Amino acid sequence: MIYLDNAATTRPKPPGVAEAVTAAMDGWGNCGRGVHPEALAAARTVYGLREKLAGLFGCQRPDHVCFTPNSTMALNIAISGLLEPEDHVISTDLEHNSVLRPLYRLERQGMGLDFAAADSRGQIDYDDFERLLRPNTRAVVCTHASNLTGDLVDIGRVGAFCHAHGLLFILDASQTAGVFPIDMERQHIDVVCFTGHKSLLGPQGTGGLCVREGVDIRPFAVGGTGVQSFLAAQPEEYPTRLEAGTLNSHGLAGLSAAVDFLLETGLDNIRAHETALARRFYEQVRDIPGVTVYGDHSKAERAPVVTLNIADADSGEVSDELAERFGIATRPGAHCAPRLHRALGTEDQGAVRFSWSYFNTEEETDAAAEAVRILAEE
Amino acid sequence: MREKSEKCVVTFRTTAGAMAMERSCKETGLPGRLIPVPRSITAGCGMCWAAPPDAREALEELVMARHLMIDGIYAIIL
Repeated sequence: MIYLDNAATTRPKPPGVAEAVTAAMDGWGNCGRGVHPEALAAARTVYGLREKLAGLFGCQRPDHVCFTPNSTMALNIAISGLLEPEDHVISTDLEHNSVLRPLYRLERQGMGLDFAAADSRGQIDYDDFERLLRPNTRAVVCTHASNLTGDLVDIGRVGAFCHAHGLLFILDASQTAGVFPIDMERQHIDVVCFTGHKSLLGPQGTGGLCVREGVDIRPFAVGGTGVQSFLAAQPEEYPTRLEAGTLNSHGLAGLSAAVDFLLETGLDNIRAHETALARRFYEQVRDIPGVTVYGDHSKAERAPVVTLNIADADSGEVSDELAERFGIATRPGAHCAPRLHRALGTEDQGAVRFSWSYFNTEEETDAAAEAVRILAEE
Repeated sequence: MREKSEKCVVTFRTTAGAMAMERSCKETGLPGRLIPVPRSITAGCGMCWAAPPDAREALEELVMARHLMIDGIYAIIL
């Protein structure tokens, strides 16, 4: 199988990730529960991962890196723990349902909600942020890159807007963490929500949020923490504040090994390889008669995603042909991005998404482009 | 049971705080290890840093210099 569905989850994982998970399962106790060597082994690795991720995202405090099962949970925690029904929030049409549904739920409770609209090419107008601003605007919640088109959001510009108007900036880094630079200080980001199993190259079931010092998120879940056991309420200190229940330290062991691989290989090297492959594919398919490619490919800096349709063919049928006849894994359908599909006019047809990771090759990329050419000619 | 002697004990409110202390002590060569919090101390986190009593001043300086998140520092017989 030529695996080009890395925006859904990266595969394979780097060398050492699976081994780290196995070693943790075979050798570790519970992180933060007990002080014997096997519990401490877990706690040390988990804390080391907090330090590494804090460094990766420019988070000033390693203990403000909190772990969750995925970015959807991280976004739910940040959105529901910071926003009130009397607030107003600005988001964008590029968002995934992991941002949209928590926002829609608050909207039903009375919160004001507006979106920077995407045009028919999937592009947003940054001046919309100013136009949408209200006296009670409390936050901007947005993605770093569209999971549908790969187009990046200029988070430095959004962060500067938030900083200028005293707004919270909650970033969904699901498609970019570990590959594209993110700096909470320089880019004025208050909360970075990430998942471990995509561009961070770790196991599924890992993710989290980095929280700026002074941003107090109400806990979403409360319960066992291994500390302050006689306190009736959830402890106030990060990361315990947002980490009720036993952590997935086995998965986090794998994520720690994956981050080591990222740091050793170099984010710039990984990004250059992935984007070069996506560009190579785009250049081969862009002029095939009947093929429509979505998003702005004039920019060199974009997530390694190329999404297309062949004439008016059902995207599910195209993806199935690619898998069954050519052994190529892609993602058809709506990609949990309903607003952008509506903007692109692909609500009914869906679209076929090809997405790359560091472990894909030029040969795989060329084979995928050739498969698209064959299907377009049929 | 072991023979008891005076120790300098540093307590924390979170496991992450204890981990940061251990990391910092190892990096700077200060003595001690993480142990379960003795019952004579009320502490948030179940683990504490136990060191020889003469390390207290150096530990306090480390806590200040690195802004470590501790709960308290005690001199007790363990």
